[in-house]
Amino acid sequence: MFTAAAAAILITMFLALVRLFAGPTLYDRVLAVNTFGTKTVLLIGVMGFLTERPEFLDIALLYALINFISTIAILKFFRYRALGDAPDRKHRTDAWKRLSIS
Amino acid sequence: MIDIVLLTFLALTALAIVRLRHLFAVVMLTGVYSLLSAGLFVLLDAVDVAFIEAAVGAGISTVLMLGTLALTSRREKVPGRIPVLPLIVVLITGAALLYGTLDMPRFGDAGAPIHRHVAPRYIHDSGTEIGVPNIVTSVLASYRGFDTLGELTVIFTAGIGILLLLGGTGGRRRKDEEMEEEG
Repeated sequence: MFTAAAAAILITMFLALVRLFAGPTLYDRVLAVNTFGTKTVLLIGVMGFLTERPEFLDIALLYALINFISTIAILKFFRYRALGDAPDRKHRTDAWKRLSIS
Repeated sequence: MIDIVLLTFLALTALAIVRLRHLFAVVMLTGVYSLLSAGLFVLLDAVDVAFIEAAVGAGISTVLMLGTLALTSRREKVPGRIPVLPLIVVLITGAALLYGTLDMPRFGDAGAPIHRHVAPRYIHDSGTEIGVPNIVTSVLASYRGFDTLGELTVIFTAGIGILLLLGGTGGRRRKDEEMEEEG
């Protein structure tokens, strides 16, 4: 059963890769990377059960956290065109205005 | 079986990184490349290496490259001609590295030199010599304590350097903005 799950996850990874190679817009690619990270987490978890050492599940959870942080960084880059300093109040209100308009 | 599929994905990703001219997609693909290598490291039971690869390769270096993209252009310039000499050098180096792997012991061979040198002593005596239940911890913190101290010094120095570099520009920029608002 775990073998079938691993095969299904690998196929999903392949589909995400296809979307990543082809993806016409940037958001397709961001979503594909995020999906790919999630599939890596799942694959590590399934591999732990496949080799009968489910302790790897903790590491899979940490991967999920890292994936989340890098997605947030990418989206922050899209919004503010810069990383590092927190945007000041003026920029933030601009962003909120844009958000409510769009 | 899984490792063959993952290696195929890795090769496909590397080819796509070379072929694509859209640099944002290339940054995304390098993140995927790191995730795939991390999966392979987990398959090889090097969980700690895999974790560093995922944190640094997929996390921090993606962010750093995005920051670089914000400063430069988003498209790669198409090179005019195919660089022949670097291709030959890379092919020769790759062939030499492959030749070097030929007389390595097989993967997982219990009779390999690395498993017969100091590993038996660590396994048999570390419990009485060091008294820490985890063998890896006793190797890192006691048998190779100075090595670990050196590594930590290097990482600490690098961290201080990066903090100085990033913190310096941030402070100056904030001061400039304050002056703009006043003036």
